[in-house]
Amino acid sequence: MYKANIYVTLKEGVLDPQGGAVKKSLHVLNYTGVTEVRIGKFIEVWLEAKDPETAKVELKEMSDKLLANPVIENYRVEMLEVE
Amino acid sequence: MKELTYREMGLTEEEYGKIKIIMGREPNYLEIGIFSVMWSEHCGYKNSRPLLKTFPTEGPQVIQGPGENAGVVDIGDGQAVVFKIESHNHPSAIEPYQGAATGVGGIVRDIFTMGARPIANLNSLRFGDPGDARVRELLSGVVAGIGDYGNCLGIPTVGGEVYFNQAYQGNPLVNAMCVGLVQTDEIALAVASEVGSTIMIVGAKTGRDGIHGATFASEELSEKSKEKRPSVQVGDPFMEKLLIEACLELIKEDLVAGMQDLGAAGLTSSIAETVSKRGRGVDVDVLKVPRRETNMSAYEVMLSESQERMLIVPRPGTEGRIKEIFDKWGLDAVTIGTVTEGGAFRVMEGNEVMGEVPVMELTEGCPVYVRVAEEPDYYQRCKSYDLAAILDANPQEALEKLLASPNIASKKWIFSQYDYQVMTNTALIPGDGDAAVLRIKGTRKGIALVTDCNSRFVYLDPYRGGMLAVCEAALNLACVGAKPLALTNCLNFGNPEKPNIYWQMKNSIAGMSEAARYLETPVVSGNVSLYNETAQGAIYPTPVVGMVGLLKDIDRRCDMAFKDAGDLIILLGRFRDELGGSEYLSVCHGLETGEVPEVNLEEEKRLIELLQILIQEQLLQSCHDISEGGMMVAAVESAIKGNIGCGVRINTDDGRVDGVLFSEAPGRVVASLKRSNMDRLVQVVIENGVEMRVIGAVGGDSLLCDNNGKEIIRIPVLEASRIWGGAIDCFMK
Amino acid sequence: MKFGVVVFPGSNCDADCYHVIKEVLGQEVDYIWHKEIAVQGYDALILPGGFSYGDYLRTGAIARFSPIMPAVIEFANQGGLIIGICNGFQILLEAGLLPGAMLRNRSLKFICDKVHLQVKRDDTPFTRLLKQDETISIPVAHGEGNYFCDAETLAELQREKRILFTYCSPSGEEDMVFNPNGSIANIAGITNKQGNVLGMMPHPERCSEHILGGTDGYRIFASMLQSWQEVSC
Repeated sequence: MYKANIYVTLKEGVLDPQGGAVKKSLHVLNYTGVTEVRIGKFIEVWLEAKDPETAKVELKEMSDKLLANPVIENYRVEMLEVE
Repeated sequence: MKELTYREMGLTEEEYGKIKIIMGREPNYLEIGIFSVMWSEHCGYKNSRPLLKTFPTEGPQVIQGPGENAGVVDIGDGQAVVFKIESHNHPSAIEPYQGAATGVGGIVRDIFTMGARPIANLNSLRFGDPGDARVRELLSGVVAGIGDYGNCLGIPTVGGEVYFNQAYQGNPLVNAMCVGLVQTDEIALAVASEVGSTIMIVGAKTGRDGIHGATFASEELSEKSKEKRPSVQVGDPFMEKLLIEACLELIKEDLVAGMQDLGAAGLTSSIAETVSKRGRGVDVDVLKVPRRETNMSAYEVMLSESQERMLIVPRPGTEGRIKEIFDKWGLDAVTIGTVTEGGAFRVMEGNEVMGEVPVMELTEGCPVYVRVAEEPDYYQRCKSYDLAAILDANPQEALEKLLASPNIASKKWIFSQYDYQVMTNTALIPGDGDAAVLRIKGTRKGIALVTDCNSRFVYLDPYRGGMLAVCEAALNLACVGAKPLALTNCLNFGNPEKPNIYWQMKNSIAGMSEAARYLETPVVSGNVSLYNETAQGAIYPTPVVGMVGLLKDIDRRCDMAFKDAGDLIILLGRFRDELGGSEYLSVCHGLETGEVPEVNLEEEKRLIELLQILIQEQLLQSCHDISEGGMMVAAVESAIKGNIGCGVRINTDDGRVDGVLFSEAPGRVVASLKRSNMDRLVQVVIENGVEMRVIGAVGGDSLLCDNNGKEIIRIPVLEASRIWGGAIDCFMK
Repeated sequence: MKFGVVVFPGSNCDADCYHVIKEVLGQEVDYIWHKEIAVQGYDALILPGGFSYGDYLRTGAIARFSPIMPAVIEFANQGGLIIGICNGFQILLEAGLLPGAMLRNRSLKFICDKVHLQVKRDDTPFTRLLKQDETISIPVAHGEGNYFCDAETLAELQREKRILFTYCSPSGEEDMVFNPNGSIANIAGITNKQGNVLGMMPHPERCSEHILGGTDGYRIFASMLQSWQEVSC
């Protein structure tokens, strides 16, 4: 069994109104040093695969197809073997 | 999960003693849990039942009164409307977004459980001072929660009301109403009568969420409440949407004998209510209940308040077809039990009996308390407050302050977050008329919907305030041209064990009953929310009325906007200047006191009937009832809506100037009409025994008011519109 | 003319579109369940608004993998008329039938309101009964209608005149102030290269009858009917 952490983030240059709002709130809370906030998604996937390479290929495929939208998002996959 | 004592579950010592007598032994942990949720105020109405019995509940239009998931009222042509209002105050105070969202989910399930397609949502909200950051956070969360859930379901949120008052600072109110449409021969009930019938659970899997939610809703809020966050449920509107479609398919194919949603107290309550109606019992196996979490005990499964679940009692032999339909919608439907003879509610884990209680004792056996009522000191003090000593404020400044008051200002910031047009039936959208109007496709009919309660009035005089809540709702419906049919109510009060609070409950319920009886708008459903208190005290007594009316011809409906220059503005109803309990006193003088204006039910009734005739005969251009802000604010709102000015003339002979302009005395309407219709209108008004007088004319681009020929108010419509339109936005920025 | 309204789990404007086609436009219409795999016999498809799959993950992202979608894509490639409204537009984007993506509204809030649109072209199958540069009034209701695409795509959309509707003032003036969601270049609706697939955030089915306060939306459906009649007669 493999466990993957997939981080989906907005591409640079894509407006992030949610991040902007959070940044403003942080400033109100006096964290004036905050210069930028971008909000993305963190997706956990557990999967069975015959070997780590196959798992990685599948994870990449599912990220490209469904989990991230290449028009606006980037993603990064971390994978480890679990019980 | 940590084991709780019976006291922590909300049972008193006497109640526990009563349970031991019923059982003839010490109940086990599961059994105590079952009793505690069923005997909570939320499920058992133990403090309110004797008072609720005083409501009128019958009428030729009533198909189903209180006692089912929702009331049903006939609208002709073999069609009926199904409706109910329900509170989700405590969950919303802790977690506003999910609390409000699951409130909508719960009330919508009550409606489609009756076999009806939900066609409209409304809500009634109360918050503290919007100048406070936490209040704004609550408001944002609640509105987003209501919006996201209802919008996703594709049920338009077409109306409601919002008030801000210090009395709700730590204890907001979130009451959600849903209205459904059903063919009268397709109404479903929550009953299981056939011994041997199976019981199925469908929808979401069961987790540990919301265990003891019903008990939680029956306690005062405290600092500790926040620690109870885990018991707040999370809503899944997508699942609910699928459930609606699937359940309505079952009804169309006539596959179900009984249907019940799982709400407060989860499986325990829905099973008990379903089987107890015909004196049946049940064997239910908790191992068969699909779960979202591992290692759940029988106790946890039976008390979970996981959302978006339904209980189905299939007609014999239809389980297979039912599973097919749920499969089409991607939902699980699982048989978890059987209806039995006798009256035992037996909870099994496989073959092992985990608990067994007599089912009737859970419902009918719930203790009932008649509490002590005691008139609070404030009542006489406020009633005899000498308003004559209060000086007239500058009318222009007073008007501007009133328009900027969040209780009067435009609620667009709120309702623009609700999809109010999906289903393409909304013929009067929020803010355009005194009530929402929906067409019934395929007919000429329309229905009008409204929620109302001026809780300041109820606080100052519960009896009159209770009457006024009913009267205002009925008058709002008449103002759009509808005949009021019936009502649902959500009774929000403080702790009934306190004599002053029980006095408020008792008197406001008496006032509502009298008005409902007189106006022939019986109570067909409702909900009670008690213990709305914080360390700062109780909320204002807030018995919210949700009312439904019928328009025979939807093309003859009326909105509140002034239309054409030259149209005359009239006041229908008596000229009055009482200021007790008005928004004017609160906003301009910082006072919430005075005698609540008298209510004359005969006058109310005549006015309600008159308006229906006038609108039916198409004699009115606009119609708007006088409520918060009084006659002048009513006229200004009509002008802003019509984007046209108006001139109003008063005479100080009519009373004190601020009273004439801003009195909220009931039974009055500001309307406009074409000059050419005046003769006919006067005739109809006289025939119906209603007083009226011409108070001005529509036209120009300013709002003018003259007193004895001297100008006392002049505001450009654009300026008034900016103040009124932007007040809530300003707070929320 | 025969319309098909594609129904995904969570669609909620399907019945509204069906009603307009059948009762107002007076044409044939069927629902097409998302588990179907063919769309034969239809002259036009409507991907209705709603919250397909609860808008979970991203709007339209999961619906795009419904069994019906290959047939929808094939239908588009064959030149069939498709209109995607609101969530339908979002699905068309995720499916790659239209370029770009949707972001949350600039205000971060759902918005239900009536907006004004400027009609950019009147020589398309969707707008032939409208007039170029005309201002129409039409309801919106969405939380994610903030259309985004990269500069290159935007330039291409502009060059190929594929922007059909932009948000504007009641008098037709284009400005961010009148844009309800922050979409790039005030875009409210675009077509594919061939011009047979339209995606738009506003809801024409909500303003196709007088009782609902306007009929500008009806003219879009009526345009589709007229185009079809011309081609098939």
